[in-house]
Amino acid sequence: MLNIYCPHCGEHRSEEEFHYAGEAHIPRPENPAELSDEAWGDYLFFRRNPRGLHHEQWYHATGCRRFFNVARDTVTYEIHESYPMGARPSVSRDSEEAA
Amino acid sequence: MTQRNRLPERGRVDRSRTLRFQFNGRTYTGHPGDTVASALLANGVRLVGRSFKYGRPRGVIAAGPEEPNAILQVGTDPATTTPNLRATQTELYDGLVCSSTNGWPSTERDLTSVVGKVGGRMMPPGFYYKTFMWPSSLWMTYEKGIRKAAGLGQSPSQPDPAEYDHMNHHVDVLVVGAGPAGLSAARTAARAGARVMIADEQPELGGHLLASRATISGTPAAKWVRRQTDALAREPEVTVLRRTTAVGYHDHNFVVLSERRTDHLGPDAGGVRERLHRVRAGQVVIATGAHERPLVFGNNDRPGVMTASAVGTYINRYGVVPGERLVLMTTNDHAYHTALDWHNAGREVVAVVDTRAEAGGDLPTEARACGIRVLTGHGVIEAAGGRSVTGARVAPLSADGESLAGTTHELPCDVIATSGGWSPVVHLTCHTGDKPVWSEEVLGFVPGETRQARVCAGGVNGTYALEAVIHEGVDAGKRAATAWGFEATEMRDLAVSVAEPSQDPSMKLFLVPHHKPVTRAPKQFVDFQTDVTAAAIEVAVREGYESIEHVKRYTVMGFGTDQGKLGNVNGVALTARARGKTIPETGTTVFRPAYTPVTFGALAGMERGGLLDPARFTPMHLWHVRQGAAFEDVGQWKRPWYYPRHGESMQQAVNRECLAVRQRVGMLDASTLGKIDIQGSDAREFLNRVYTNAWMKLQPGRCRYGLMLKEDGMVFDDGVTACVDDEHFIMTTTTGNAGPVLEWLERWHQTEWPELDVCFTSITDQWATVTVTGPESRNVVAKLCDDIDFSREAFPFMAWREGTVAGALARVFRISFTGELTYEINVPADYGMHLWEAVYAAGEPYGITPYGTETMHVLRAEKGFIIVGQDTDGSVTPEDLGMHWALKREKPFSFLGQRSLDRSDSRRRDREQFVGIRPLNGEAVLPEGAQAVENPSNPVPKRTIGHVTSSYYSAALGHSIALGLIERGHDRQRERLHFMTSDGRLEEAELCSTVFYDPDGARQNV
Repeated sequence: MLNIYCPHCGEHRSEEEFHYAGEAHIPRPENPAELSDEAWGDYLFFRRNPRGLHHEQWYHATGCRRFFNVARDTVTYEIHESYPMGARPSVSRDSEEAA
Repeated sequence: MTQRNRLPERGRVDRSRTLRFQFNGRTYTGHPGDTVASALLANGVRLVGRSFKYGRPRGVIAAGPEEPNAILQVGTDPATTTPNLRATQTELYDGLVCSSTNGWPSTERDLTSVVGKVGGRMMPPGFYYKTFMWPSSLWMTYEKGIRKAAGLGQSPSQPDPAEYDHMNHHVDVLVVGAGPAGLSAARTAARAGARVMIADEQPELGGHLLASRATISGTPAAKWVRRQTDALAREPEVTVLRRTTAVGYHDHNFVVLSERRTDHLGPDAGGVRERLHRVRAGQVVIATGAHERPLVFGNNDRPGVMTASAVGTYINRYGVVPGERLVLMTTNDHAYHTALDWHNAGREVVAVVDTRAEAGGDLPTEARACGIRVLTGHGVIEAAGGRSVTGARVAPLSADGESLAGTTHELPCDVIATSGGWSPVVHLTCHTGDKPVWSEEVLGFVPGETRQARVCAGGVNGTYALEAVIHEGVDAGKRAATAWGFEATEMRDLAVSVAEPSQDPSMKLFLVPHHKPVTRAPKQFVDFQTDVTAAAIEVAVREGYESIEHVKRYTVMGFGTDQGKLGNVNGVALTARARGKTIPETGTTVFRPAYTPVTFGALAGMERGGLLDPARFTPMHLWHVRQGAAFEDVGQWKRPWYYPRHGESMQQAVNRECLAVRQRVGMLDASTLGKIDIQGSDAREFLNRVYTNAWMKLQPGRCRYGLMLKEDGMVFDDGVTACVDDEHFIMTTTTGNAGPVLEWLERWHQTEWPELDVCFTSITDQWATVTVTGPESRNVVAKLCDDIDFSREAFPFMAWREGTVAGALARVFRISFTGELTYEINVPADYGMHLWEAVYAAGEPYGITPYGTETMHVLRAEKGFIIVGQDTDGSVTPEDLGMHWALKREKPFSFLGQRSLDRSDSRRRDREQFVGIRPLNGEAVLPEGAQAVENPSNPVPKRTIGHVTSSYYSAALGHSIALGLIERGHDRQRERLHFMTSDGRLEEAELCSTVFYDPDGARQNV
């Protein structure tokens, strides 16, 4: 069971307080009407399924009710960082490869 | 029966007290400190069970959790009896009653043993797959017989009255295992200031030191253990858990411990029987030690064949010598301890059979000096005897141990103890997916790399010399504490020295060869509990199973309740050998939680019955109870379902309630409806984005029905939202979706539109709602309220007013889910009961009738109103529902789900669409979920073109009605289809409008 740091509460709490909320950093297209079915379908349904680093959203459902981002390794389940909505991750594929 | 194998002294049992217990119907005695296994051995009981597949007689092999054979059903009370307990871990108490879980009709006379003898060759690996799977329809019949014969124990047949609970902990350092390494680690970490928890599965701390004759810096091991235990007890931040097994090691150092609190006291102990500790640890020290690995040879399952360390444990810890004459077979020096223990207990060591060409270490030398015969370069190739060992057939081995180098002779004996080395207990270190690695030096799998914050110490690393184990424990305690931010101090009293005997290298041997090839030799068991032999593994490999995971599944090796603790490494080694590969190339199977079986009681804890899930009650609940309402669970809410009057059936009650609403007036407790308060200067804009319809022009005092879609265009929720003022709205949601809708709003606000000034608060619990509906409803509410004008002109449909109802501040909504004139009165929850009673009293002259959710459903179905989640299932668009009117596509902002309504799939012509369904037989209520077919004479499988989503008998109409989703339904009005009922009949029905009652809406427009 993951131990997740909520950047809003400033604490580590157990996974059961949170809801997983999907892949992070997928902005809603500004003009959906202008998108082809295929492009809209990509936004709707297609998600990365990486082996390794994954940026994802979590919701502190039974806590502060805030959404935030987590950089997690899908193999080891290590959490590299939690960061608020709107912030950019400090751990990325590039930074991992550089390290 | 006397305890003929009990030594007059020695061990940790209290001989001053005698405990009586029953095993398989006979009474025996033992002492406090005994396990059932040690007491049975003290009484000379050899036969403890029958094997799973062949029904062969089996005896105690081990002295700990790895025991595969001595598996008990403990207790006879159908509520508290426990199956699958290891006799080696079951503490004795006075009056304990237990029996073997295997053996039918009895362990003494077992029918399957005849099958095993006669048909052994006919039961190859995969036997069950090959034999019983066809015809598959008979599997259920076979399975009963197989289960009965295999005897997997009896689960309790009545509710367990005992208490179980869970406890959560946060600790700095969790130490698993309280042997020398664990004790040293715990003391060191505690001294550094860490909050420490140490857990051990045994009733006493000390691990194998409880059965050791070693001295530590001149102190006897048991005394050293007591010192450490006392020192830990003095540390304020240390929690010691005995009889507590770490059963699962999960991600981020979440470890589950299962504590058995009362079973050792007997069935009447009271209190919490078992407790599950959910521990989040900063650092974990794994000090789980090692299990001795038996050698594989012919008939090695005969009662009397044991591991060497188990024999040593029974002698030293329990004062029990499990036989008269011992033959010990070993690949290493360590097992000589057992020969010396046996000799010192005054019984005969027939011989030590050492598979190595030479044995010149201190212990073999000591053994020889005691007059013990040491046969080097030999192996026991086969045990003689039937229900008990009577001899060991011994032959010289080739130098590599792969073949025999001479003829066999038999040594008479009644116990054969074997040691093929040790297997570190790496299970917990593997639960998070980390792979153990084979160490040629240790001749065992040791913990591999991990991302968990853990340190391993002692036997689990393959470190077996006691001095080194203690130093590793100290080091682990230091590392754990410092890694978690503490400063470690020197532990002078743990800087111990232990005189170790010199040791020769061990021999890498798993299977002792026989004159005959493996597939012809007497059965050489690898996994005792599942009856997997060396031959079975060879056959599996020969039949093409190469991966160790496949060999495991085909042979069922490791599938017992012991998960193959004793046999798995031998199995891996034999698979490697059969494939001509190395052990590292072969690898291990996956170790999964739980380490030892956990009861369902412990897993459930307090979360059973009424405590399984929170139950939510409206402020008027007690009234409903007093009226004898039947209740329905809606999410966590308890809602009145219907209010039966004396002798009424459900249908009669619902008919009466429906007619009361249509003809006079009814009242419904609608407090459970989700209510979300939305405020902010951008609240209106926000509604515009999440709802399909337009919100810019909704005036204060007005309300509007809204449809909410997921971004894929499918209906997610619906409800009425009221405008309080330009920056303040009250949204209602379906009862079950209150939480998800709030999360949905928060998600979009926080992740996409943080620039919008809006905030959301759940007010579901703060307001109670009484729905008053029916032609007389205006008269009823008007009686209770002076400050609202209820006239049609002043208070039109889809408006709301604030006022005082029955003395309470109220928000009254004129909306309708029944099609009748309706007022929904909301008051602060504390006034809910008051309002309800006031409405009931005011309505009595008009014959007001309380109604429940069933009547609510019928009334809304008569009007064709949808219930999200019943008439929709996440694959239904507003257009499928015929709700085009609720879509406002010209809004400047593309509302959630709008683009998806134009996807090619949403535009498919053959989508299932929402229709009314009227059975030709007006008395027949179609089952909800019934599938529709066009032509019943079509061949099977018939293509279905939709299904019924809602179906009721309508008292107002005098016939049954239904709603459903049917392919191209909107174009099929008046077409007839056939619906399959649950008893296999077909009902014919005609498709029609979804609005069955008052299609013009005249009744609510009054």
